[in-house]
Amino acid sequence: MNQVKNFTKGFFKENPILVLVLGTCPTLATTSSALNGLGMGIATTFVLIGSNVVIALLSKLIPDKVRIPAFIVIIASFVTIVDLVMQAYVPALYETLGIFIPLIVVNCIVLGRAEAFASKNSVLSSFFDGLGMGLGFTMALGIMGSIRELLGNGSIFGYKFIAGDGILVFILAPGAFWVLGYLIALINRLKRT
Amino acid sequence: MEYILIVISAVFINNVVLAQYLGVCPFLGVSNKVNTALGMSGAVVFVIVLATMVTYLIQTYVLDKLGIGFMQTITFILVIAALVQMVEIVLKKISQPLYQALGIFLPLITTNCAVLGVAILVIKKEYNLLEGTVYGASIALGFGLALIILAGIREQLELVEVPKGMKGVPLSLVIAGILALAFMGFTGIVK
Repeated sequence: MNQVKNFTKGFFKENPILVLVLGTCPTLATTSSALNGLGMGIATTFVLIGSNVVIALLSKLIPDKVRIPAFIVIIASFVTIVDLVMQAYVPALYETLGIFIPLIVVNCIVLGRAEAFASKNSVLSSFFDGLGMGLGFTMALGIMGSIRELLGNGSIFGYKFIAGDGILVFILAPGAFWVLGYLIALINRLKRT
Repeated sequence: MEYILIVISAVFINNVVLAQYLGVCPFLGVSNKVNTALGMSGAVVFVIVLATMVTYLIQTYVLDKLGIGFMQTITFILVIAALVQMVEIVLKKISQPLYQALGIFLPLITTNCAVLGVAILVIKKEYNLLEGTVYGASIALGFGLALIILAGIREQLELVEVPKGMKGVPLSLVIAGILALAFMGFTGIVK
Protein backbone atom coordinates (compact mmCIF):
# COMPACT_ATOMS: atom_id res chain seq x y z
CA MET A 1 0.00 0.00 0.00
CA ASN A 2 2.76 2.34 1.03
CA GLN A 3 4.69 1.63 -2.18
CA VAL A 4 1.62 2.47 -4.24
CA LYS A 5 1.53 5.84 -2.51
CA ASN A 6 5.25 6.42 -3.15
CA PHE A 7 4.60 5.64 -6.80
CA THR A 8 1.45 7.67 -7.43
CA LYS A 9 2.27 10.88 -5.57
CA GLY A 10 4.54 12.02 -8.41
CA PHE A 11 1.64 12.17 -10.86
CA PHE A 12 -0.74 14.61 -9.22
CA LYS A 13 -0.26 15.51 -5.59
CA GLU A 14 3.46 16.25 -5.87
CA ASN A 15 3.92 16.51 -9.61
CA PRO A 16 7.43 17.95 -9.93
CA ILE A 17 6.62 20.45 -12.67
CA LEU A 18 3.00 21.41 -12.31
CA VAL A 19 2.77 21.49 -8.51
CA LEU A 20 6.29 21.84 -7.11
CA VAL A 21 7.55 23.90 -10.11
CA LEU A 22 10.98 22.24 -10.18
CA GLY A 23 13.08 21.61 -13.24
CA THR A 24 11.53 24.33 -15.36
CA CYS A 25 14.51 24.73 -17.71
CA PRO A 26 14.28 21.34 -19.47
CA THR A 27 10.49 21.62 -19.36
CA LEU A 28 10.49 24.80 -21.39
CA ALA A 29 13.36 23.83 -23.66
CA THR A 30 12.46 20.32 -24.74
CA THR A 31 8.69 20.48 -25.22
CA SER A 32 8.64 22.00 -28.70
CA SER A 33 7.06 18.72 -29.78
CA ALA A 34 5.41 15.86 -27.89
CA LEU A 35 8.12 13.40 -28.92
CA ASN A 36 11.00 15.58 -27.69
CA GLY A 37 9.24 16.11 -24.36
CA LEU A 38 8.70 12.38 -23.96
CA GLY A 39 12.34 11.60 -24.79
CA MET A 40 13.60 14.08 -22.21
CA GLY A 41 11.14 12.70 -19.65
CA ILE A 42 12.32 9.12 -20.12
CA ALA A 43 16.00 10.13 -19.90
CA THR A 44 15.32 11.99 -16.65
CA THR A 45 13.28 9.06 -15.29
CA PHE A 46 16.20 6.71 -15.83
CA VAL A 47 18.58 9.06 -14.00
CA LEU A 48 16.08 9.54 -11.17
CA ILE A 49 15.56 5.81 -10.59
CA GLY A 50 19.28 5.06 -10.82
CA SER A 51 20.42 7.83 -8.51
CA ASN A 52 17.58 7.23 -6.03
CA VAL A 53 18.41 3.50 -5.73
CA VAL A 54 22.18 3.99 -5.43
CA ILE A 55 21.84 6.81 -2.93
CA ALA A 56 19.39 4.78 -0.83
CA LEU A 57 21.89 1.90 -0.88
CA LEU A 58 24.82 4.08 0.15
CA SER A 59 23.05 6.51 2.46
CA LYS A 60 24.48 4.86 5.58
CA LEU A 61 28.05 4.98 4.21
CA ILE A 62 28.10 8.61 3.07
CA PRO A 63 29.14 11.03 5.83
CA ASP A 64 26.57 13.74 6.38
CA LYS A 65 28.97 16.61 5.68
CA VAL A 66 29.94 15.56 2.17
CA ARG A 67 26.56 14.14 1.15
CA ILE A 68 25.70 16.84 -1.42
CA PRO A 69 28.94 16.45 -3.45
CA ALA A 70 28.59 12.66 -3.18
CA PHE A 71 25.00 12.82 -4.47
CA ILE A 72 26.11 15.05 -7.34
CA VAL A 73 28.83 12.60 -8.38
CA ILE A 74 26.34 9.70 -8.35
CA ILE A 75 23.81 11.70 -10.37
CA ALA A 76 26.48 12.87 -12.82
CA SER A 77 27.57 9.26 -13.41
CA PHE A 78 24.04 8.24 -14.41
CA VAL A 79 23.72 11.32 -16.61
CA THR A 80 26.95 10.35 -18.38
CA ILE A 81 25.54 6.85 -18.99
CA VAL A 82 22.32 8.29 -20.46
CA ASP A 83 24.36 10.75 -22.54
CA LEU A 84 26.51 8.03 -24.10
CA VAL A 85 23.63 5.58 -24.63
CA MET A 86 21.45 8.19 -26.34
CA GLN A 87 24.33 9.34 -28.51
CA ALA A 88 24.78 5.77 -29.71
CA TYR A 89 21.19 4.59 -30.20
CA VAL A 90 19.00 7.67 -30.81
CA PRO A 91 21.36 10.19 -32.41
CA ALA A 92 18.51 12.28 -33.90
CA LEU A 93 16.83 12.83 -30.54
CA TYR A 94 20.25 13.41 -28.95
CA GLU A 95 20.90 16.20 -31.46
CA THR A 96 17.56 17.94 -30.75
CA LEU A 97 17.83 17.74 -26.97
CA GLY A 98 21.50 18.75 -27.23
CA ILE A 99 22.88 20.51 -24.19
CA PHE A 100 19.88 19.58 -22.04
CA ILE A 101 21.02 15.96 -21.66
CA PRO A 102 24.17 16.85 -19.65
CA LEU A 103 22.09 19.49 -17.87
CA ILE A 104 19.95 16.77 -16.21
CA VAL A 105 22.72 16.95 -13.59
CA VAL A 106 21.51 20.33 -12.38
CA ASN A 107 17.83 19.45 -12.66
CA CYS A 108 16.52 20.35 -9.20
CA ILE A 109 14.12 17.37 -9.23
CA VAL A 110 16.91 14.78 -9.18
CA LEU A 111 18.96 16.30 -6.38
CA GLY A 112 15.76 17.27 -4.58
CA ARG A 113 14.51 13.65 -4.45
CA ALA A 114 17.97 12.41 -3.41
CA GLU A 115 18.10 14.84 -0.51
CA ALA A 116 14.43 14.77 0.52
CA PHE A 117 13.59 11.10 -0.04
CA ALA A 118 16.27 8.61 -1.08
CA SER A 119 18.75 9.49 1.67
CA LYS A 120 16.13 8.71 4.33
CA ASN A 121 14.16 5.78 2.92
CA SER A 122 14.61 2.14 1.93
CA VAL A 123 15.87 1.06 -1.47
CA LEU A 124 12.47 -0.24 -2.61
CA SER A 125 10.61 2.92 -1.54
CA SER A 126 13.25 5.04 -3.27
CA PHE A 127 12.86 3.01 -6.46
CA PHE A 128 9.12 3.61 -6.55
CA ASP A 129 9.57 7.25 -5.61
CA GLY A 130 12.02 7.72 -8.49
CA LEU A 131 9.77 5.85 -10.91
CA GLY A 132 6.67 7.82 -9.90
CA MET A 133 8.38 11.20 -9.92
CA GLY A 134 10.06 10.43 -13.23
CA LEU A 135 6.84 9.31 -14.89
CA GLY A 136 5.01 12.33 -13.42
CA PHE A 137 7.69 14.52 -14.96
CA THR A 138 7.40 12.64 -18.26
CA MET A 139 3.61 13.01 -18.21
CA ALA A 140 3.81 16.77 -17.64
CA LEU A 141 6.39 17.10 -20.43
CA GLY A 142 4.22 14.99 -22.74
CA ILE A 143 1.15 17.14 -22.03
CA MET A 144 3.07 20.36 -22.58
CA GLY A 145 4.71 19.04 -25.72
CA SER A 146 1.34 17.92 -27.12
CA ILE A 147 -0.29 21.30 -26.44
CA ARG A 148 2.59 23.21 -28.01
CA GLU A 149 2.82 20.90 -31.02
CA LEU A 150 -0.96 21.03 -31.56
CA LEU A 151 -1.10 24.83 -31.40
CA GLY A 152 2.15 25.43 -33.21
CA ASN A 153 2.01 22.80 -35.91
CA GLY A 154 -1.47 21.29 -35.81
CA SER A 155 -0.12 17.84 -34.96
CA ILE A 156 0.61 15.54 -32.00
CA PHE A 157 3.53 13.07 -32.23
CA GLY A 158 3.83 14.06 -35.88
CA TYR A 159 0.24 13.09 -36.81
CA LYS A 160 -1.44 16.06 -38.39
CA PHE A 161 -4.90 16.92 -37.02
CA ILE A 162 -5.37 20.41 -38.32
CA ALA A 163 -4.44 21.47 -41.83
CA GLY A 164 -2.40 24.61 -42.31
CA ASP A 165 0.59 26.14 -40.62
CA GLY A 166 -0.46 26.61 -37.00
CA ILE A 167 0.62 29.38 -34.64
CA LEU A 168 4.39 29.31 -34.91
CA VAL A 169 4.98 31.32 -31.73
CA PHE A 170 3.92 28.34 -29.58
CA ILE A 171 6.88 26.30 -30.81
CA LEU A 172 9.23 29.20 -30.03
CA ALA A 173 10.30 30.49 -26.61
CA PRO A 174 7.33 32.77 -25.77
CA GLY A 175 4.85 29.92 -26.29
CA ALA A 176 6.82 27.71 -23.89
CA PHE A 177 6.50 30.26 -21.09
CA TRP A 178 2.81 30.86 -21.77
CA VAL A 179 1.74 27.22 -21.96
CA LEU A 180 3.56 26.37 -18.70
CA GLY A 181 2.18 29.50 -16.99
CA TYR A 182 -1.43 28.75 -17.89
CA LEU A 183 -1.05 25.03 -17.09
CA ILE A 184 0.16 25.84 -13.57
CA ALA A 185 -2.63 28.40 -13.19
CA LEU A 186 -5.15 25.74 -14.21
CA ILE A 187 -3.74 23.26 -11.66
CA ASN A 188 -3.89 25.96 -8.96
CA ARG A 189 -7.53 26.58 -9.83
CA LEU A 190 -8.39 22.87 -9.74
CA LYS A 191 -6.58 22.39 -6.42
CA ARG A 192 -8.68 25.02 -4.69
CA THR A 193 -12.04 23.45 -5.51
CA MET B 1 34.44 43.42 -34.10
CA GLU B 2 34.08 39.70 -33.59
CA TYR B 3 33.81 40.25 -29.86
CA ILE B 4 31.12 42.91 -30.22
CA LEU B 5 29.10 40.44 -32.30
CA ILE B 6 29.47 37.78 -29.59
CA VAL B 7 28.28 40.26 -26.95
CA ILE B 8 25.24 41.52 -28.88
CA SER B 9 24.25 38.02 -29.92
CA ALA B 10 24.52 36.60 -26.38
CA VAL B 11 22.83 39.48 -24.56
CA PHE B 12 19.95 40.30 -26.89
CA ILE B 13 19.39 37.79 -29.68
CA ASN B 14 20.09 34.51 -27.93
CA ASN B 15 19.30 35.75 -24.44
CA VAL B 16 20.16 32.98 -22.03
CA VAL B 17 16.82 32.90 -20.23
CA LEU B 18 14.38 34.15 -22.81
CA ALA B 19 15.68 32.29 -25.86
CA GLN B 20 17.85 29.44 -24.58
CA TYR B 21 15.80 28.51 -21.50
CA LEU B 22 18.77 28.31 -19.15
CA GLY B 23 18.61 29.50 -15.54
CA VAL B 24 14.83 29.70 -15.41
CA CYS B 25 14.62 28.57 -11.74
CA PRO B 26 16.51 31.55 -10.25
CA PHE B 27 14.87 33.73 -12.89
CA LEU B 28 11.48 32.93 -11.36
CA GLY B 29 12.77 32.58 -7.80
CA VAL B 30 14.60 35.83 -7.08
CA SER B 31 12.74 38.22 -9.35
CA ASN B 32 10.29 39.64 -6.82
CA LYS B 33 12.43 42.65 -5.88
CA VAL B 34 14.82 44.74 -7.99
CA ASN B 35 17.42 44.83 -5.19
CA THR B 36 17.69 41.05 -4.83
CA ALA B 37 17.70 40.75 -8.61
CA LEU B 38 20.70 43.10 -8.76
CA GLY B 39 22.56 41.06 -6.12
CA MET B 40 21.85 37.79 -7.89
CA SER B 41 22.94 39.21 -11.26
CA GLY B 42 26.22 40.38 -9.74
CA ALA B 43 26.92 36.97 -8.24
CA VAL B 44 26.05 35.21 -11.51
CA VAL B 45 28.35 37.42 -13.60
CA PHE B 46 31.17 36.73 -11.16
CA VAL B 47 30.72 32.96 -11.06
CA ILE B 48 30.01 32.42 -14.77
CA VAL B 49 33.14 34.31 -15.87
CA LEU B 50 35.31 32.37 -13.43
CA ALA B 51 33.66 29.04 -14.23
CA THR B 52 33.97 29.39 -18.01
CA MET B 53 37.69 30.17 -17.71
CA VAL B 54 38.45 27.33 -15.31
CA THR B 55 36.36 24.71 -17.14
CA TYR B 56 37.88 25.76 -20.46
CA LEU B 57 41.39 25.28 -19.12
CA ILE B 58 40.47 21.92 -17.62
CA GLN B 59 38.89 20.75 -20.87
CA THR B 60 41.90 21.70 -23.02
CA TYR B 61 44.74 20.77 -20.68
CA VAL B 62 43.34 17.80 -18.78
CA LEU B 63 40.36 16.11 -20.44
CA ASP B 64 41.48 16.50 -24.07
CA LYS B 65 45.11 15.66 -23.25
CA LEU B 66 44.12 12.44 -21.50
CA GLY B 67 41.38 11.61 -24.02
CA ILE B 68 38.67 11.32 -21.37
CA GLY B 69 36.10 13.70 -22.84
CA PHE B 70 33.25 11.56 -21.51
CA MET B 71 34.12 12.71 -17.98
CA GLN B 72 33.08 16.25 -18.96
CA THR B 73 29.75 16.37 -17.10
CA ILE B 74 31.10 14.98 -13.84
CA THR B 75 34.24 17.13 -13.85
CA PHE B 76 32.48 20.36 -14.76
CA ILE B 77 29.77 20.10 -12.12
CA LEU B 78 32.33 19.31 -9.41
CA VAL B 79 34.56 22.17 -10.52
CA ILE B 80 31.63 24.57 -10.46
CA ALA B 81 30.49 23.41 -7.02
CA ALA B 82 34.03 23.73 -5.64
CA LEU B 83 34.50 27.11 -7.30
CA VAL B 84 31.31 28.52 -5.81
CA GLN B 85 32.37 27.34 -2.38
CA MET B 86 35.82 28.87 -2.84
CA VAL B 87 34.46 32.20 -4.04
CA GLU B 88 32.27 32.30 -0.96
CA ILE B 89 35.20 31.68 1.40
CA VAL B 90 37.52 34.15 -0.37
CA LEU B 91 34.89 36.88 -0.51
CA LYS B 92 34.20 36.46 3.19
CA LYS B 93 37.89 37.02 3.97
CA ILE B 94 38.68 39.79 1.49
CA SER B 95 35.64 41.96 1.11
CA GLN B 96 32.98 41.97 3.78
CA PRO B 97 30.60 44.39 1.98
CA LEU B 98 30.75 42.42 -1.27
CA TYR B 99 30.13 39.23 0.69
CA GLN B 100 27.11 40.81 2.36
CA ALA B 101 25.75 41.80 -1.05
CA LEU B 102 26.38 38.55 -2.94
CA GLY B 103 26.84 36.00 -0.15
CA ILE B 104 23.35 34.60 0.20
CA PHE B 105 23.03 34.09 -3.55
CA LEU B 106 26.23 32.12 -3.99
CA PRO B 107 25.03 28.68 -2.78
CA LEU B 108 22.01 28.99 -5.06
CA ILE B 109 24.24 29.38 -8.10
CA THR B 110 25.56 25.80 -8.11
CA THR B 111 22.11 24.65 -9.21
CA ASN B 112 21.78 27.43 -11.78
CA CYS B 113 21.90 25.48 -15.01
CA ALA B 114 23.14 28.57 -16.87
CA VAL B 115 26.61 28.12 -15.31
CA LEU B 116 27.07 24.51 -16.41
CA GLY B 117 25.23 25.26 -19.66
CA VAL B 118 27.61 28.06 -20.64
CA ALA B 119 30.66 25.98 -19.72
CA ILE B 120 29.49 23.20 -22.06
CA LEU B 121 28.39 25.62 -24.81
CA VAL B 122 31.81 27.30 -24.89
CA ILE B 123 33.43 23.90 -25.56
CA LYS B 124 30.73 22.96 -28.13
CA LYS B 125 31.14 26.24 -30.05
CA GLU B 126 34.94 25.78 -30.09
CA TYR B 127 35.73 29.25 -28.82
CA ASN B 128 39.25 30.11 -27.68
CA LEU B 129 39.87 31.23 -24.10
CA LEU B 130 39.27 34.96 -24.70
CA GLU B 131 36.18 34.41 -26.86
CA GLY B 132 34.85 31.96 -24.31
CA THR B 133 35.32 34.41 -21.46
CA VAL B 134 33.65 37.24 -23.40
CA TYR B 135 30.81 34.87 -24.30
CA GLY B 136 30.41 33.81 -20.67
CA ALA B 137 30.39 37.40 -19.44
CA SER B 138 27.80 38.47 -22.00
CA ILE B 139 25.59 35.47 -21.23
CA ALA B 140 25.72 36.49 -17.57
CA LEU B 141 24.90 40.10 -18.49
CA GLY B 142 21.93 38.88 -20.53
CA PHE B 143 20.74 36.87 -17.55
CA GLY B 144 21.05 39.96 -15.32
CA LEU B 145 19.21 42.12 -17.82
CA ALA B 146 16.27 39.71 -18.11
CA LEU B 147 16.16 39.21 -14.33
CA ILE B 148 16.13 42.93 -13.55
CA ILE B 149 13.46 43.69 -16.17
CA LEU B 150 11.22 40.93 -14.78
CA ALA B 151 11.82 42.11 -11.19
CA GLY B 152 10.86 45.67 -12.16
CA ILE B 153 7.63 44.49 -13.76
CA ARG B 154 6.79 42.20 -10.85
CA GLU B 155 7.29 44.99 -8.32
CA GLN B 156 4.65 47.01 -10.13
CA LEU B 157 2.29 44.07 -10.43
CA GLU B 158 2.26 43.58 -6.64
CA LEU B 159 -0.38 46.30 -6.52
CA VAL B 160 -2.64 44.74 -9.14
CA GLU B 161 -5.47 42.34 -8.38
CA VAL B 162 -5.06 39.13 -10.35
CA PRO B 163 -7.10 35.92 -10.26
CA LYS B 164 -5.90 33.75 -7.36
CA GLY B 165 -4.69 30.87 -9.52
CA MET B 166 -2.51 33.20 -11.57
CA LYS B 167 -0.63 34.66 -8.62
CA GLY B 168 3.11 34.07 -8.31
CA VAL B 169 4.75 31.64 -10.72
CA PRO B 170 2.06 31.50 -13.46
CA LEU B 171 1.94 35.28 -13.78
CA SER B 172 5.75 35.50 -13.90
CA LEU B 173 5.82 32.86 -16.64
CA VAL B 174 3.27 34.73 -18.74
CA ILE B 175 5.25 37.98 -18.35
CA ALA B 176 8.43 36.10 -19.25
CA GLY B 177 6.66 34.89 -22.40
CA ILE B 178 5.81 38.45 -23.40
CA LEU B 179 9.41 39.51 -22.67
CA ALA B 180 10.66 36.65 -24.83
CA LEU B 181 8.39 37.87 -27.62
CA ALA B 182 9.85 41.36 -27.25
CA PHE B 183 13.41 40.01 -27.35
CA MET B 184 12.59 38.10 -30.56
CA GLY B 185 12.48 41.54 -32.16
CA PHE B 186 16.27 41.65 -31.95
CA THR B 187 16.58 38.67 -34.31
CA GLY B 188 18.41 39.61 -37.46
CA ILE B 189 20.57 42.42 -36.02
CA VAL B 190 23.59 40.15 -36.31
CA LYS B 191 23.84 37.62 -39.08
